[in-house]
Amino acid sequence: MTTKSRRLSIKDRGLTNFEAVMWIFTRLSALAIYGLILAGLIGALVMGARNNMNFADVMRWAFMPNVTHVQSTDLQDLDPWASPFWKLTASALLLVAAAHGIHGLVVIADDYIASKSGRNFIRLLSIVFLLAMSGMGLWLIWTS
Amino acid sequence: MGLKRDVSLSAGLRYKGPAGYLTFILHRIGGLGMGVFIAVHILAAFIGGRTGGFLNGIYENWAFQIFIFFCVLFHAINGLRITILDLWPKLQDYQTEAIWVEWAVFIPLYAVSVYVILSTALGG
Repeated sequence: MTTKSRRLSIKDRGLTNFEAVMWIFTRLSALAIYGLILAGLIGALVMGARNNMNFADVMRWAFMPNVTHVQSTDLQDLDPWASPFWKLTASALLLVAAAHGIHGLVVIADDYIASKSGRNFIRLLSIVFLLAMSGMGLWLIWTS
Repeated sequence: MGLKRDVSLSAGLRYKGPAGYLTFILHRIGGLGMGVFIAVHILAAFIGGRTGGFLNGIYENWAFQIFIFFCVLFHAINGLRITILDLWPKLQDYQTEAIWVEWAVFIPLYAVSVYVILSTALGG
């Protein structure tokens, strides 16, 4: 009986094709997303979330550290929440999550769409979707 | 060369794998739910105006918040299990136990969240 590939170590699998590279990217980008959300959470607590925000507001900020997400809270000074540091963190989270998510949609579509032309169409659509979402998201982060 | 996964749409939808199938399908539903939500949310913020305001009203509904928080929390916890087991393949032998631990973490966290959402929305 041959060993199932999922039981092989990363080194024995070999990252020889696009699918394998995206397989490891999905795992590593997930770890990056956890780290960025944790950074947003800690940052919110450091900047005074404990007295001026409820739990839902803190989560809204952590999932996307954009200043418009804290405008409806009791915070007095929003300047530190709109600093370039948070804009860069939000941009990193947006780009990593968009790549992770849109590749996920392609994986799901590949399970149900078998024809070569159908898969090529989904890939083209996913690239357009990725560029559109990243572009609009970055514009919103840096102009708000 | 990509992986060969040529199955028809109906065969794909009828697929039921062995252990872990429930987490597999919930992971997909959670991912799709988040994908649609974030896409519409970015679009609504980008458009603004009355259309954007109408779409924002949907997110603020408590029923939608319960659904989207299920997507986010389940996808995050199940994704952590997948990541840990895939990066340390020797742990694959404990897949079933890992899924039990996952439910033990997910159910209390989600129950508390639903309670908070409902008490805020309905209790005023």
